[in-house]
Amino acid sequence: MIAEIGHFALILALAVAAFQTLVPLIGAERGNRQMIASAVPATLIQLVLVYVAFAALTHAYLISDFSVRNVFENSHSAKPLLYKISGVWGNHEGSMLLWVFILASFGGAVAIFGDNLPPTLKARVLAVQGSIGFAFLLFIVVASNPFARLIPVPIEGNGLNPVLQDPALAFHPPFLYAGYVGLSVAFSFAIAALIEGKVDAAWARWVRPWTLAAWMFLTIGISMGSWWAYYELGWGGWWFWDPVENASFMPWLVATALLHSAIVVEKRNALKVWTVLLSILAFSLSLLGTFLVRSGVLTSVHAFAVDPERGIFILGILCFFIGGALTLFAWRAPALKAGGFFSPISREGGLVLNNLFLCAACAAVLIGTLYPLALETVTGEKISVGPPYFNLTFGPIMLPLLLLVPLGAQLSWKRADLFAALQRLWAAAALAVSLGVLVLIATERGPWLAPFGMALGAWLIFGSLADLAQRIALFRSPLAASLSRLVGLPRSSLGMTCAHAGLGLMIIGIIAITLWKVEHIVAMKPGERADVGDYTVQFVGETPLTGENYTGRAGQFRIFRGETEIASVVSEKREFKPMGTPTTEVGLHQALAGDVYVVMGDKTADGARVVRLYFNPLVSLIWLGALIMFFGGALSLTDRRYRVGAPKRKLTPAGVPAE
Amino acid sequence: MTRKQKRLSVIVGGLAILGLAAGLVLYALRDTIVFFYTPSEISEKNVLPGTRLRLGGLVEEGSISRTGGTTVSFVVTDTIKTLNVSYTGQLPDLFREGQGVVAEGVLDASGGFIADTVLAKHDENYMPKDVADKLKEKGVWQEGKGAGP
Repeated sequence: MIAEIGHFALILALAVAAFQTLVPLIGAERGNRQMIASAVPATLIQLVLVYVAFAALTHAYLISDFSVRNVFENSHSAKPLLYKISGVWGNHEGSMLLWVFILASFGGAVAIFGDNLPPTLKARVLAVQGSIGFAFLLFIVVASNPFARLIPVPIEGNGLNPVLQDPALAFHPPFLYAGYVGLSVAFSFAIAALIEGKVDAAWARWVRPWTLAAWMFLTIGISMGSWWAYYELGWGGWWFWDPVENASFMPWLVATALLHSAIVVEKRNALKVWTVLLSILAFSLSLLGTFLVRSGVLTSVHAFAVDPERGIFILGILCFFIGGALTLFAWRAPALKAGGFFSPISREGGLVLNNLFLCAACAAVLIGTLYPLALETVTGEKISVGPPYFNLTFGPIMLPLLLLVPLGAQLSWKRADLFAALQRLWAAAALAVSLGVLVLIATERGPWLAPFGMALGAWLIFGSLADLAQRIALFRSPLAASLSRLVGLPRSSLGMTCAHAGLGLMIIGIIAITLWKVEHIVAMKPGERADVGDYTVQFVGETPLTGENYTGRAGQFRIFRGETEIASVVSEKREFKPMGTPTTEVGLHQALAGDVYVVMGDKTADGARVVRLYFNPLVSLIWLGALIMFFGGALSLTDRRYRVGAPKRKLTPAGVPAE
Repeated sequence: MTRKQKRLSVIVGGLAILGLAAGLVLYALRDTIVFFYTPSEISEKNVLPGTRLRLGGLVEEGSISRTGGTTVSFVVTDTIKTLNVSYTGQLPDLFREGQGVVAEGVLDASGGFIADTVLAKHDENYMPKDVADKLKEKGVWQEGKGAGP
């Protein structure tokens, strides 16, 4: 019964989404206030209906209602509660429902918090949101109904893919989707602005917080995925340039560019056309990511759908929105007047460079991801484009950008003095270079990237801190005065410092694990020892293992530094009910200096275990850096400008009408 | 600088960056891509030893042998030709006899394959799409039934 309510709510939501798309759009065109005002209630009703559907499916999972086909195929009564909940989106139909759930939430947030938007703009934004919701609801209702019943009712379900039964992965999809779908708001704003023919500083100020929120979710979602890959897959790596990873990384790159270019629109009323285009591209890449991941064209853990019809449906949605948006852009963008002018060496110039590099890097990733698909379609030849390609393209494109980050933050608007900016950064530069020299001495004859990469990370961290120190006049005024300045500083500027410093930490982590990782594969019998990095690992022995929905063997390992035991870890081989699917759990000892990573493998002929040992230096900095970037985003989001009704269009005479 | 010169310098700078990026991409695409072959294709195409490639097929029943220590050898077949593979390290959890496999590595001079990566799909219905497609081409795969003789 409850499943039918969910199904019915979905169909109603589809109808409401159609209304939400058409009526406000026509109303805004004709200046009909009633029709314009209908946008908000329509959005909220759609939101409630989608929530009801989502709750109905969650309910079916919680009570293990195997008469619902989706639950039967993806759940099992012996599964722990957390994975019953995460099972809701651990499959094709449920994940599409989650997509629409988050889309409706963002629409609702615009409806509720968008009080200060001009009514016509708000109506159009909500209408575009509604149209996206309509497309995906139609997809769910027509081609991926999560509430389909099964007769006769099976007694037990098939269970969730065991590698997905993991806490980090339980929450990776909601965060990632919140990022993907959050970019739809920037998209809707861009389309609404194109229809209105008006982009100004106020528009940028409305778009920025939404983009920022989406960017934060993407950051955290991608790093959760990478963290999962690191300790669950047991390959000792944290990023594999897998097409599915790239699919989430590309929107992140463009969203980062968009965050920066929107600042230029807001502060200088320039780069307007470009920013609108970026808003469209960012969400287009989200759609592309959804298509790549969900259509089954890629072989991966994410490819639930093997039904080609579904792939074609998503491809249709993709073509409609990207094609439609770009057509509208080509038609209307020339009407947006160019804004203030600036010298190449200025804050604006720096941000343009940032955008160029980020977009070029994104294009390189896009080509590397799509080229194998294109080649296979055209010639039938199968190839794989792996890490060597991305190291050779993405790396060199990003390096100059990273070098310029602290410098760009020092430049003033309109026209800047490069020499003065460099002068303000001398201390940071000196610290970074000395770190590089230290590394060079310590790792004599090592790869050049090691000292360079470490110096680069330090340059980002110290450069951001130097900027902060100047703003609060640290050491140049009494400490109390500096502290009170720190508190009074705009949150967005603190956020920038955090985000850039977090990026620096991440670079250090990435360079360290890439260049200094120690890998050691040995056959070990109980009692035997092996060295990895500065540590010694002893295989104690194995014991049988019984979990809630699996059985297996647990290998005990003790980790020594010199002769002192510092930790003991367990690496497990599990077999999951009901299929007996095997998985391996990594034994992980984490420390800031580096992780000791132990994977117990198969038995050899003489009864030993093949054991893979890694020492991954400084690897935690990657996720710590991501967390700090996320925190920086959150700080920015609380900036006063976004709260106190500041974005009032009538206060900004800079607005340039199209006509 | 005049307005025009400023604009020109921004555009030229931008084009230079994009040009460099395009050059890198083209260079990388020529040198870093890895082709995917089945054992039959390797013998048809006379692939030179030392060329990096991906090998796909089924693990032949009864062919897995652990020659002591951490090295494993097995035979990959597309039911027409076979190829001996040796690999040092841990096999993926889902590596099984009679199931599909993708190995990346190089051919050695004696015609064996030295793998440095062995891949498994995270799925119990274990057949990498790449392998299934290749086997369908060779006519040894039936839809719905999986690989059969």
